[in-house]
Amino acid sequence: MTELKLNLGPQHPSTHGVLRLILELEGEKILSCEPDIGYLHRGMEKMAEKLSYIQYLPTVDRIDYLAGFFYSELFCRTVEKALEIELSDRVRAIRVMMLELNRIASHLLWTGAFLMDLGAVSPFFYAFREREMILKYFEKITGQRMMNNYFVFGGVRRDVFDLDDVDEFLKILTPKLKDYENLITENPIFLQRTKGKGVLEPELALNNSITGPNLRASGVGIDFRKNDSLYCGFYHEPVVLKGKDAWARYKARIEEMRMSGCIVRQALEYLRKDEPLKQKLVNPLKMRLPAGEFLSEIEAPRGLARCYIKSIGEDKPYRLKWRTGSYYAVNLLKKLLKGAYLNDAIAIAGSLDIILPEVDK
Amino acid sequence: MNYLYHLYIEFLAKHGIPQFWGDITFYIIPLSIIFCALLVIVLALVLAERKLLGFFTQRKGPNRVGLWGILQTIADAFKLLCKENITPKGVNVFLFNLAPALIFVPVMVVLGLIPYSAEFTFMDFRTNILIYVVFAGFPLLCILLGGWASNNKYSLIGAIRNTAQVLAYELPIAFTVLSIIALSSSMNLREITLAQSSSAGIFGWFWVPCILGLIIMFISMLAELNRCPFDLPEAESELICGYNTEYSGMRFAMFYLSEYGMLFANALFIAILFFGGYLSPFGKYLSPMIFPETVGGIMIYFEQVCWLLLKSFLIIFVVIWVRATLPRMASFDLLKFSWTVLLPISIFNFLLMVIIKYTGGIYA
Repeated sequence: MTELKLNLGPQHPSTHGVLRLILELEGEKILSCEPDIGYLHRGMEKMAEKLSYIQYLPTVDRIDYLAGFFYSELFCRTVEKALEIELSDRVRAIRVMMLELNRIASHLLWTGAFLMDLGAVSPFFYAFREREMILKYFEKITGQRMMNNYFVFGGVRRDVFDLDDVDEFLKILTPKLKDYENLITENPIFLQRTKGKGVLEPELALNNSITGPNLRASGVGIDFRKNDSLYCGFYHEPVVLKGKDAWARYKARIEEMRMSGCIVRQALEYLRKDEPLKQKLVNPLKMRLPAGEFLSEIEAPRGLARCYIKSIGEDKPYRLKWRTGSYYAVNLLKKLLKGAYLNDAIAIAGSLDIILPEVDK
Repeated sequence: MNYLYHLYIEFLAKHGIPQFWGDITFYIIPLSIIFCALLVIVLALVLAERKLLGFFTQRKGPNRVGLWGILQTIADAFKLLCKENITPKGVNVFLFNLAPALIFVPVMVVLGLIPYSAEFTFMDFRTNILIYVVFAGFPLLCILLGGWASNNKYSLIGAIRNTAQVLAYELPIAFTVLSIIALSSSMNLREITLAQSSSAGIFGWFWVPCILGLIIMFISMLAELNRCPFDLPEAESELICGYNTEYSGMRFAMFYLSEYGMLFANALFIAILFFGGYLSPFGKYLSPMIFPETVGGIMIYFEQVCWLLLKSFLIIFVVIWVRATLPRMASFDLLKFSWTVLLPISIFNFLLMVIIKYTGGIYA
């Protein structure tokens, strides 16, 4: 049988952006896979060297447009670490609530998109319906639906209000998640497409720096929220599953949404106390970071995200580096897709939750 | 049909044209009736599908063009007509153009074989169920032709998948059709319809003894039509658009419309085999009660057409419902499912029907 070289992407409907996979096929069996990235490169890191910290802050959301709050928080956190700013409890609660709402929105979109990859149309719209409630709330608070630019160095732009909206969302979240599970989780076709497909052994995952739900679905309970000072005081349990396959990764994200809902509920309880918002904002025009290297990390929806800033005491970073979860997941495709069939390839690539702006930066 | 034929011959005789010419030209009339009806129904089906999918996914569906979005598909068809027909580099131009032209042929043929009412079958052969089964598999050739001639790897994979899939699902269909033939002792669709009329009303129809066959037939129909969850040949998240990736403009529309035409024909086929075709579910027809005696006789035929269409639209509704609910199957599981599950069950079903036939009862 002759080999067939197939170019999957960069404008393919299910590569979630502009990923290009160069596949060698024998029939429909994949002999080798070579991911080709860089179609969405915007020079996020180089750009930082030309802009002052406050000028760079709005662009940070674009690293992962589905989870903008996380990168915003990460950048603010690194700067706050350098300036040694302590956050008040209310600011922390606001940030945690926004982050976890954002995580739910991101996972909801993934659920819809993953099922779309598998050929089911309806879950996509159902997921978007719920995500819409979160985005509406974001719009109310921050003025933006996606690129929120809400966190600033030392606090948030404004206090939250209309907390009943969040309450309403939390009320529907649990029954809606149950609805999805009724529709999807035990569906025989879904099981056939995902059970035992794309098995990610824990060693392989750890050797490839896989983090986030993908790793936890392989049975490794690493969640960076555990040691995060921001989440201090919030009850949180990492969702660990033993399945290792695409189905487990789906289930892990569904469970994680439940967990995030639980965290949001705690944050909401705190915010209802109606304390005044106390925060010590830095004057961004006079802001200088002390010389040195600063590194901080956060558990983003797609795995560990890190921000590294090297400063030489100027008003802009000397060098800035991002570490994102999807980048390593793309690299993993090389190993996971070998020997799989073409339609499994879509299921596997979809289950890893790759988002391309995060890969290319 | 005979009625229409005699009317036509009489009309010609009045104008002094010999019957010989009437015999030759008569078939133009039913053909044009089919064609017009097909166009209207296909456009309505596309709109219905989009509206229903909108309903299932909590959207509004098309609602801008015309009242309630009713002109949307007409506007879409017009847009496709106006679009440029792109012929990519390196394709076999003759075959590339031939495929979309040929694909409407089987649709027209199978629709001509359907008995729409007791007196309205365009091609009433004694074995028209066989001809139906043969022509229902014919679009496969056009798809293979189009997929191969496109000089595109996605098209080729789509066409190959389609071939494997249709071959696998033809056999369960054949055995199910065979069991219906055994039950009704006839290969004529009109006689199969009549064999289902009994005092038991809707329970006298073949879906009761042949419920297994109905399920197999429905699943195989989805596979033959490339409908979800068997829409592998045009799986847009894997193969972009499958075999018609390279087609644009009206040539794409031909594929698209013929797909819906085939869906309609298959729904009619199932309605005839299992749901009593044009028979009324109440046991007797309603029109003699509603209309005065003079027109009541003719209105029965129209009522029969309505019953058949109603049944087929209910089947199409289920098909769309399935599409809104299920994800797509994987290609190898799909073949395995047919060869290891559907085929043995359909053979068992055939034997069961033979036994029912020989033990007697209302279905014999």
